[in-house]
Amino acid sequence: MNYNWNWGVFWAPSPDGAGTYFDMLLAGLQWTIVTAICSWLIALCLGTVVGIARTTGSRWMLLAGNAYIELFRNIPLLVQLFLWYFVVPELLPVQLGNWVKQLTYGAFYTAVIGIGLYMSARVATQVTAGISALASGQRMAGLAMGLTKAQVYRYVLLPQGFRVILPPLTSEFLNTIKNTSVALTIGLAELTARARAMQEFTFQVFEAFITAAALYVALNIVVTLLMRYIERRMTVPGLVAGG
Amino acid sequence: MEMISLRNIDKWYNPSFQVLKNCSTTIEKGEVVVVCGPSGSGKSTLIKTVNALESIQAGDIVVNGISVTDSGTNLPKLRARVGMVFQHFELFPHLKVIDNLCLGQVKVLGRSRSEASEKARKMLERVGLSAHAEKFPGQLSGGQQQRVAIARALVMDPVCMLFDEPTSALDPEMVSEVLDVMTELAGEGMTMMVVTHEMGFARKVANRVIFMDGGEIVEDRPAEDFFQSPESPRAVQFLSKILPH
Ligand SMILES: Nc1ncnc2c1ncn2[C@@H]1O[C@H](COP(=O)(O)OP(=O)(O)OP(=O)(O)O)[C@@H](O)[C@H]1O
Ligand SMILES: [Mg+2]
Repeated sequence: MNYNWNWGVFWAPSPDGAGTYFDMLLAGLQWTIVTAICSWLIALCLGTVVGIARTTGSRWMLLAGNAYIELFRNIPLLVQLFLWYFVVPELLPVQLGNWVKQLTYGAFYTAVIGIGLYMSARVATQVTAGISALASGQRMAGLAMGLTKAQVYRYVLLPQGFRVILPPLTSEFLNTIKNTSVALTIGLAELTARARAMQEFTFQVFEAFITAAALYVALNIVVTLLMRYIERRMTVPGLVAGG
Repeated sequence: MEMISLRNIDKWYNPSFQVLKNCSTTIEKGEVVVVCGPSGSGKSTLIKTVNALESIQAGDIVVNGISVTDSGTNLPKLRARVGMVFQHFELFPHLKVIDNLCLGQVKVLGRSRSEASEKARKMLERVGLSAHAEKFPGQLSGGQQQRVAIARALVMDPVCMLFDEPTSALDPEMVSEVLDVMTELAGEGMTMMVVTHEMGFARKVANRVIFMDGGEIVEDRPAEDFFQSPESPRAVQFLSKILPH
């Protein structure tokens, strides 16, 4: 193989004029992190609502929740992003559509919404599973002491259900981070996009992608450690892990 | 004064399975009524209709003068004053004992945290568990957990108490510590409806015994009469199985 290794390229100025190539990758990492966190917040909020809806005992809410999950989970993420980015603005009233298309951070907003909705379907199935894992007696005990249905969820079911699903939620958060790389297809300059740009400018494909990969791994390690810490903090003495 | 009145209760779990058949009984204030009968006879279902944890298709239920079946009734408010104790305790495992006892007081009755916690500690002392306030339920024995569950119901100042097989999930050596608390409670005049197979408790404490079979109330008589001379063959058979010879 004829390849000229040149790790020094990272200290060369990048064509965007904002610093070195390394700075360029770091800026990409920042977009990756911000996109992942915003998407994850949407996924958690909507996923919790939909997950709860499927456990209320109402047939109608169960069906609506199931439909939501099937819709957002089964269409490939790439297709969903394209739909949000290219198709939806065309379907809006012309003025609104034009305004959306001219948004400075349009790709970012689209990525956050698209990835957030996609992941919310996966979070919803976890939330439902977590609540269903609890004995039905817990719900009855809550109702019996006079709590309203909403209070039973707030004080009895969710605190326990979320403890049960903390490990799978961690891996869904890691999936969210990985999925942000799909947003390069709509022009979001996140880590993968920057690595590719660097490769195109410098032809140092190995350095660019090895470094990007290392940054993803480092990010995952940080998140995993953080979630472990949270899991430890949430452990209840005398309660067997997993409910 | 009538505390709990059930009139002609019918309940179906599905169109082909009627779990409660025309059940009627009245429990006076201060009365202790034991409900017994074979497994699957509908005892748990019946007791859970009293605080509307189970819905019914026909009949009337009135607790402390308030209709349970009226769709306008504020069920959370009603349930707050009806204590319930379950077979498997159903303490909230993620909350400390003290917080289990404060949750309903604060969130349902609107008491201040300090008022609630003072009441909780008094009640824990009463059931002999003062030392365990800061523990989690999973760190207690079954008997201790069930006593906490009774205390959790009592801090709400209930007008009556429902027990669904409170001792049947306990190791034998822990049964009496729970029954003792219940006996004491009965002695203080608490209205109690107790599903149990502890016939010793029924004899000693109950005013009346309700015997159920196949979703029907087969016998509803003073405890002494029931044990001395059960009327129905089904009750005779049940007692012969359950009582030591
Ligand atoms: N949610 C339900 N759906 C359908 N059938 C049910 C349901 N809950 C209970 N049953 C049935 O209703 C009947 C009465 O149940 P219930 O729990 O009231 O009996 P029980 O007298 O308390 O019995 P045990 O002594 O075993 O606790 C049983 O045959 C049971 O299988
Ligand atoms: Mg039962």
